[in-house]
Amino acid sequence: MKAKPRSLLGIEPLDSQQILDILTLAKRMNPARPRVTLRGRRIALLFYENSTRTRTSFEIAAKSLGASTVVIHATTASIEKGESLKDTGRTLQSIVDAIVMRHPSSGAPVLLSRLIDIPIINAGDGMHAHPSQALLDAFTILDHKKSLKGLKIVTIGDIFHSRVARSDAHLFTKLGAQVVFCGPDVLLPDSALELAPGLEIVRDMEKAIRDADVVMMLRVQKERLSGMQINVEEYIRRYQLTTTRLKMAKKDAIVMHPGPMIRGMEMTDEVADCEQSVVLEQVLNGVKVRMAILETLLGAKR
Amino acid sequence: MSTILLKGGHLIDPARAFDAPADLVLRDGHVLEIAAPGAAQTTADETLDVKGLVVAPGFIDIHVHLREPGQTHKETIATGTAAAAAGGFTSVCAMPNTRPINDSPALTRWMQDKERGAVVNVFPIAAATLGSQGEKLSNYRELKKAGAVALSDDGNAIMDDNVMREALAHAARIGLTLIQHAEDKNISGGNPINEGVMSFKLGLRGQPAASEWLVVERDIRLASQEGAHLHIAHVSTAKSLELVRLGRAKHVNVTTEVTPHHFLFTEESCSTYDTRYKMNPPLRSEADRKALVAALIDGTIDAIATDHAPHALFEKEVEFDKAAFGITGLEIAVAAAVTTLHHTGKVPLKRIVELFSTNPAKIVGLNGRGTLAEGSVADITIFDPKERWTYDVTKTRSRSRNCPYDGMQFFGKARATIVGGNIVFNEL
Repeated sequence: MKAKPRSLLGIEPLDSQQILDILTLAKRMNPARPRVTLRGRRIALLFYENSTRTRTSFEIAAKSLGASTVVIHATTASIEKGESLKDTGRTLQSIVDAIVMRHPSSGAPVLLSRLIDIPIINAGDGMHAHPSQALLDAFTILDHKKSLKGLKIVTIGDIFHSRVARSDAHLFTKLGAQVVFCGPDVLLPDSALELAPGLEIVRDMEKAIRDADVVMMLRVQKERLSGMQINVEEYIRRYQLTTTRLKMAKKDAIVMHPGPMIRGMEMTDEVADCEQSVVLEQVLNGVKVRMAILETLLGAKR
Repeated sequence: MSTILLKGGHLIDPARAFDAPADLVLRDGHVLEIAAPGAAQTTADETLDVKGLVVAPGFIDIHVHLREPGQTHKETIATGTAAAAAGGFTSVCAMPNTRPINDSPALTRWMQDKERGAVVNVFPIAAATLGSQGEKLSNYRELKKAGAVALSDDGNAIMDDNVMREALAHAARIGLTLIQHAEDKNISGGNPINEGVMSFKLGLRGQPAASEWLVVERDIRLASQEGAHLHIAHVSTAKSLELVRLGRAKHVNVTTEVTPHHFLFTEESCSTYDTRYKMNPPLRSEADRKALVAALIDGTIDAIATDHAPHALFEKEVEFDKAAFGITGLEIAVAAAVTTLHHTGKVPLKRIVELFSTNPAKIVGLNGRGTLAEGSVADITIFDPKERWTYDVTKTRSRSRNCPYDGMQFFGKARATIVGGNIVFNEL
């Protein structure tokens, strides 16, 4: 087995054992029963992009392990004045033990990890990666399925702009699942096929969803479209998850969404609130998985 | 001036189909005599033993950014030309995207002033439109008088069809080459990487190949109509090469250059967001790279040019999408070409000399250069095609270090550079 990863920049560098170790540790985590494993550790939450869900989740996770946290937003004086990522990182390095980082530029955490020596946890970078989300998605699936091996997981929607879709695909394929991408050309280029081994692209949603064990719906990221043309009505007609379409998946299929979810767009109200939806479980699991991530990277050697 | 004898070398002068051992005598800044080994008639003041080395007409880099005036924190004419000399170049053509943009005869002259401290010849390429805004043509006649050897809005393609048509027509009348940086920014979006597998993986927006070839296609048609000489800068896609071949079949006067990085590297090199591999045009696919190598061999590509683009560390050590485009290349271009094309690809050295000297001299019309004919200018590049060495960017003569070739091992190294009969770089 490889050494413990020092930073979590993405899923790609991890092997399946490292992934399973984090997921196993996450089972023992519960924010309602705080631990003291990171007592005295200081964690900076460096957010260059707005986020409620991920930031809160990491903050609660860190505090549930006894660590102290400080939140730094891009609107912070020094960053607004034009301080470089390198200088912000170096400044933080002298006063904290780790940085949880969200950034609109793909690869920003990779850059920072080359420039400073403390662990960096990628909390989402541009369209590139969102490893903690992928881990919590896998954790949620494992609450409902014995293993990911052999599962058919279909991801539908705006895959081009989705760091979640990319990280999920890496993780699910590493654990032996069959991943199918589904979406229109403009939101799912053919080049996506090379992302991970064994990926499939199926453009017709009804074919894609057939016999799926997991249906992962994605939001159309309107704020990132930058000139791309999307016909909303056609999108809804072709890619919205409806009760009828969900019936084409396996009976015990679960419906997931990394949030924020736009009802009436990627899924109907009925599907969003149906028994198969595990969206709210994803949120709770997020805290557990992030506790496990922080303890793995920052905790005393077990 | 003194008389120099270059003794025992292997002379390659493709302009006269010469490729054999010979001695060369230089006097008063010109080539005086070419003689069979040991048979030179002239007595020399200085004899250089160049046994085992190639003696070639001075290499000419028709695409460099010297950053002066205006951005001397990146490079100066003095430091850039020192790097050129060390890389075996006797002449460089300086692109006009300085601050201010070189669109005037005064600035064109200023760049060539002795005061700048140039070590090799500097031939300015002037802006084709005022401020490189792509709207109003600059004064081609006066720019040519001031010493401009070509016209280009490098970095900004001339997008307006009619401005491009007029630029070509006017350049043809004045007898200057128009160099186009072929990029439709409406399509490329100014994005930091090639559009393809790697851009998707990295979550970066890409530049489709079409952003280059659409401009190439239009420009070839316009050049054909206006009877102008169109030169396409840093060609990077297989499709552009196809269009050039089609144009030439119809006798359009279109020439092309390629950078060493485009025929050495691919988009794969960007996999760790290393901004030293961020350049414009971006590194393309392996299929494109192979097509470029084939075109270097079959003649579709006429010249190798570095697009030497120095940047300070603070401009490169940032997020990939925010980093400056470009890399330095003057000190490594010859080694990169000899290694990839000659050592690995078995391309004869004669072709490499053509790509670095004979053809570049023709493209920008440098009479008396690009050949070793008796009476021509004594600009000489002496290189060892076999020397194995490792590039160490900390020893660069350039003011900048944004260079992915750092630490790479090469075959082939410039050993001496002679400009107008003066030895400006000597590692003999």
